Amino acid sequence: MIELQNLTKRYGKFTAVDEISLEIPRGELYGLLGPNGAGKTTTMRMIAGILRPTSGRVLIAGIDIGADPIAAKRRLGFIPDRPFVYDKLTGAEFLRFVAGLFGQEGPGLNRRIDELLGLFELLSWRNELTESYSHGMRQKLIIASALLHRPDVIVVDEPMVGLDPKSARLLKDLLREFVRRGGTVLMSTHTLEIAEAMCDRIAIVHSGRIVADGSMEQLRAQTASGDASLEDLFLKLTGGLSDRELSELFDS
Amino acid sequence: MSFSIADPGDGSAGLRAILAPKWQSALGRLRRHRSGSGTRLILLALLGGVFWTAAFGVSYRVLKYFRGVEEIGPLLAGKLLGVGLLAFAAILLLSNLVTALSTFFLAKDLDMMVAAPVDWIWLYLAKLGETLVHSSWMVVLVVVPILTAYGVVFDGGPLFPIVAAAILLPYFVLPTVVGAIVTLILVNVFPARRARDLLSLVALVVMGGLVLFLRFAQPEQLARPEGFRNLLEFIGTLRAPSHPLLPSEWAASSLMNWLLRIRDPLPPLLLWSTAGAFVVIGASFHRRLFPPGFSKSQEGANRGKSSSLLARLLASLLGWLPVTRREFIMKDLRIFFRDATQWSQLILLAVLLIVYIYNIRALPLYTGERVPFVLVTLVVFLNQGLAGFVLAAIAARFVFPSVSLEGRQLWLLRSSPLDLQAMLWSKYWVGTLPLLGLALVIVLVTNRMLQAPPFMMVLSTITTVSYTLAVGALALALGVFFPQFETENAAQIPTSFGGLVFMLAAVILLILIIVIEAVPVAEQLQSWQAGEAAESPASLVLALAGVVTLCATATVAPLHFAYRRLSNLEV
Repeated sequence: MIELQNLTKRYGKFTAVDEISLEIPRGELYGLLGPNGAGKTTTMRMIAGILRPTSGRVLIAGIDIGADPIAAKRRLGFIPDRPFVYDKLTGAEFLRFVAGLFGQEGPGLNRRIDELLGLFELLSWRNELTESYSHGMRQKLIIASALLHRPDVIVVDEPMVGLDPKSARLLKDLLREFVRRGGTVLMSTHTLEIAEAMCDRIAIVHSGRIVADGSMEQLRAQTASGDASLEDLFLKLTGGLSDRELSELFDS
Repeated sequence: MSFSIADPGDGSAGLRAILAPKWQSALGRLRRHRSGSGTRLILLALLGGVFWTAAFGVSYRVLKYFRGVEEIGPLLAGKLLGVGLLAFAAILLLSNLVTALSTFFLAKDLDMMVAAPVDWIWLYLAKLGETLVHSSWMVVLVVVPILTAYGVVFDGGPLFPIVAAAILLPYFVLPTVVGAIVTLILVNVFPARRARDLLSLVALVVMGGLVLFLRFAQPEQLARPEGFRNLLEFIGTLRAPSHPLLPSEWAASSLMNWLLRIRDPLPPLLLWSTAGAFVVIGASFHRRLFPPGFSKSQEGANRGKSSSLLARLLASLLGWLPVTRREFIMKDLRIFFRDATQWSQLILLAVLLIVYIYNIRALPLYTGERVPFVLVTLVVFLNQGLAGFVLAAIAARFVFPSVSLEGRQLWLLRSSPLDLQAMLWSKYWVGTLPLLGLALVIVLVTNRMLQAPPFMMVLSTITTVSYTLAVGALALALGVFFPQFETENAAQIPTSFGGLVFMLAAVILLILIIVIEAVPVAEQLQSWQAGEAAESPASLVLALAGVVTLCATATVAPLHFAYRRLSNLEV
């Protein structure tokens, strides 16, 4: 459903994403992990059609997003890491606008909007300007907007940031149910417990490249790590401060 | 209490530490500009040079003439300076009101500053300084060539620049402190975002009122002293805007006293002592009102209800459009009318329009003896150029910022299946259609007032319509090439570098149009003057066709390039 072919993004001499290739089939929740600046967000923004790759291709449901962006984006729901919405629109107006972008209209639209607002406990805020929403409420509004047009693929960057435990649980259940019904999710997160609990397959990205890829068992086998946790695997692959280095930091 | 600028010595941050990031950012920007494209620097230097030369040249000529007038010459120069500084003080006060709200309550560094162990007095002084610089630099740029002309004409001597700077510093500080105090009080009454809307509105209403007041005061009468009954009445009129308690008057007197070698320490003493007292009063307000005000500024604006009636009306009006375009236009209109920093500019537009039409009415074409037909036609032709300039200024305000205003939401547009070409055309028509209506009103009303001959009416209507369509496209396209995605205040976008480039492009197009049409119009007038029967004006038709082709190219080409640029834009 999502296919990346030698995807590369360079900013001048700096290579943010370096020849990444992967394939995510229908009905799979795929996690992208990596330290800050590893290239996860750049990869996701290329998949969403916001950034143009320097080289390589992105295919959504077999459609090349570079060649036919409109058809590819119709199949996609994108949830960015920072919830920027139009401050001077109400929650319902924002959702109606997003529906318009995806060519959705008709009598069922209001019902669908109310359904999604109700799901994320925003119904009482339906007619309030989003400038009065909290960070978490905006995040929930954006998640609702990504589900509005019933996409086949959801690309979600740091989904849990700003969400309260109840909403985080709701989102996890939603994504799992979406995948169970044949949808495809590509998710980046720093919360390793969430990745370990939710993802069917995980890729660990470091310095713009995928350094390991597969299910938890496959990752353990690749790194010869026995029954190590995802956190241990992550630190082994991306490097972390040792106890001695930490105590030097506080002693200095 | 003892203060150390560098380090107060109690573990808290000093003024230097608070200001360091601002200073370093400014240096960083300067370095980036130096290492970046030289075109921008050259263009800015060229424009700055032209502006300074023009401002200096006009001031020099006027002052030189005043100096040659016996008895009342220096008085006239002093009054001119007083009126000028009074007008600048009004602008400074308005600018400080809006700027103080951003620097004291909405700036992104405030959370860190307030959470850090920073003494309140340093925070106050740092933010006051920041407000002073941000709100005053433009006035400083205008004042420098004017005061240089004063110094040259009245032999101010080598010390004059230092004296002028010493006199003007408290003059600039006073409106900054007043702006900070008013903002402080307002934020304690309203949430900061609501206060910003209110301030923008108040600032624009006052600015509009000021422009109308100055215009309807008929300053052109001052250039015709023969219209006054006697010299005393003329001098009395000159004195009208002055007041002995206004700081602008103290500043003007201090400067003129230096230039005329009059020893009077009172005006500069009044300026400095008042400014000092105001800074102290401002500090005491800040100490009491900043903590509750800052806490209140964290609250959102009032929760607003949407107007479903208006939305339904809009939806039915735009019902014939495809859903994507319809929703896009409705979104733009909703945001425009809900954002006070955007819609309040309509007030300024109305004022501009009233003043423009009033100016045309005030032309002495049909008072007294009959003015030659040729002169009337010439005025109508020049009116076309002036109307074009006004339309460009309006496009800069309303069309140029439209892509920048998508700002941080561009992720949504880029990740959705929105056809960017459709978006661009939607924005083009939403901005250009009202502009076109306005253009037609301006050109038809003023031409009728001027009793324009039919051929000029047709010529100027077709020209203005073509020019408006092109100017709308240029504004939108250059808004794509010079976006200001981070700007929160729509009113600041037209004053950016891109806004300047757009105004230049619009003026160049206007000059080209006038050049193309000038010769055939002149030929036509000559044939009339010679009493020859009007031939079929082939050259005029050809010129008009040339203008329409030029404007069509200036409409389609910029939109085409803007689309390509938007498609490749990375956010």
